[in-house]
Amino acid sequence: MAHMIIDNRAHADSVPLLAVKGLVKQYPGGVTAVDGLSFTVREGTCFGLLGPNGAGKSTTIEIMEGILSPTAGEVRYRGEPLGRRFQAEAGILFQKTALQDFLSVRQTLALFRSLYDQGMSVDAAIKLCALENLVDRDNKKLSGGQLQRLLLAVALINDPAIVFLDEPTTGLDPQARRRFWELVQSIKAQRKTVILTTHYMEEAQLLCDDIVIVDHGRIIAQGTPPQLLAEYGVANLEELFLKLTGEALRS
Amino acid sequence: MNNLNRGFSLRRLLAVWHARNLEFVRDRASLIFTVGVPVALVIAMGIIFGGPPRPLFKVGVLGPQQNYAFLHERYFQFVPEHNPAEAVHAVSRADLDLLLDLRGRPARYWSVQDSPKGYVAEKLLLQADPQAQRQPITGSAVRYIDWLFPGVLGMNMMFTCIMGAGYVVVRYRKNGFLKRLSATPVTAFEFLTAQVLSRLGLTLAITLILYLGVGTVIGFHSVGSPALLLLIAVLGCLSLIAFGLIIAARFASEELVGGMLNLLTWPMMLLSGIWFSLEGSPRWLQWLAQVLPLTHILHATRAVALDGAGIGGILPDLAYLGGTTLLFLGVGALTFRWRSD
Repeated sequence: MAHMIIDNRAHADSVPLLAVKGLVKQYPGGVTAVDGLSFTVREGTCFGLLGPNGAGKSTTIEIMEGILSPTAGEVRYRGEPLGRRFQAEAGILFQKTALQDFLSVRQTLALFRSLYDQGMSVDAAIKLCALENLVDRDNKKLSGGQLQRLLLAVALINDPAIVFLDEPTTGLDPQARRRFWELVQSIKAQRKTVILTTHYMEEAQLLCDDIVIVDHGRIIAQGTPPQLLAEYGVANLEELFLKLTGEALRS
Repeated sequence: MNNLNRGFSLRRLLAVWHARNLEFVRDRASLIFTVGVPVALVIAMGIIFGGPPRPLFKVGVLGPQQNYAFLHERYFQFVPEHNPAEAVHAVSRADLDLLLDLRGRPARYWSVQDSPKGYVAEKLLLQADPQAQRQPITGSAVRYIDWLFPGVLGMNMMFTCIMGAGYVVVRYRKNGFLKRLSATPVTAFEFLTAQVLSRLGLTLAITLILYLGVGTVIGFHSVGSPALLLLIAVLGCLSLIAFGLIIAARFASEELVGGMLNLLTWPMMLLSGIWFSLEGSPRWLQWLAQVLPLTHILHATRAVALDGAGIGGILPDLAYLGGTTLLFLGVGALTFRWRSD
């Protein structure tokens, strides 16, 4: 029996939490949004997927979330194709989404908690995302920052091992953004794996352990922030981003 | 700045009007349905109501339809009848305004005296044939309002079920709430069933209020079992809600879905027997009416409320409503889309 346990540990160490292999996504009309992406995500890290508008990062993250089907390639979670286990252990904060207008914060979290067999208590999610003063407020009356915190709490309600955050701070004021970063750091401190897409390079530099930069559906840079800065001889990620993707305005 | 302080600008108004029109025209599916539904309605109504002027009175005729002056009256529809008992029952149910028996002389007739159309038809008959003899209707005759009331309840039920549930799902899809739910373990069947049950409770409550309130005012009372009426209402609502959800299962445009839901509700408005009986209508029209859930709801409700039918008498209707509920929910779940794009 002891021998078996050792074998399993060895297997767990060698298998990345999430592995993306040869991912391709073509839309009708011949548009290739993702063009052969391959990378892995280490457990307990924050993985940043960066790129300019139209680079294919939203399509990539939606395939990784299991929401979109790839044209070719695959995504594996703990060595297995995405399935029930992934759905139970993943939390997602979509870039564009909504909740029911006339439910309160607590009612919304109670709804989503009841959809999972396991997870954290509603009170724990409220505390984790600093929603204590908003529990009885209707969703439609929340500010942008408050709504994002609620959506994060919804994403965490099943106590996920992996959390997808698709441009979570877009449209938030600087105070709300910094508060959100604190929340993400507290999630990281719990050894949860975070997958983040963002347009804010300061955010990526602060939160991410590993970064992949994509453009035209392909990887153009990959590594830890210190590695990337050293490799390209730049002072920060914003400089690197502009150096790699150009300064011309993207659609 | 207060909007009221800006004054009126025709330019702004026209700009917003133009943008809205552009949006509407460029949403091709909505455009096709918004224009297509009225065209389909015109065609349908042309088929149903076209031709010579519609008859005002429906008269059943037993025996040969020859050499009888009254049969040449205009604005009467004369429907051949072969079963005297069923024909008399149809008069008592207001399905026929009058029944004429020409198998002997003098002619005999049956009509409900407190029915306005029955009264006028009788007067015109006696003018054409003063010898015609009135026959008593066995059992209690049904007032037109008693016949109509289940139809009005059914119509209200139809709109509450089909429109209510359909639009909610479309809104959820459009604003992304469905996308959020799709990331949870909840299945399309679970989601749709939850919507059906939620709408069921609301519709039953509204129907009960109408039944008790309006029923009291007009003096309507069911001669059959209230429990059976409730069973019909439950199965009927389930079938209608699931019917609407088939349409709402895929689309994210309220205008498109509005057009498609209209396409479902109008045939039921015209053919299910809300306002008038289809007795004497072409066979294919009667067959088409049998496909619609509301036809079975009204048939079963009238059978119980007006004739005191038991569960055995309405079993085919109940089976149809139950079966279509499962069929519609299954189709809805299979074709369901969580996302709008």
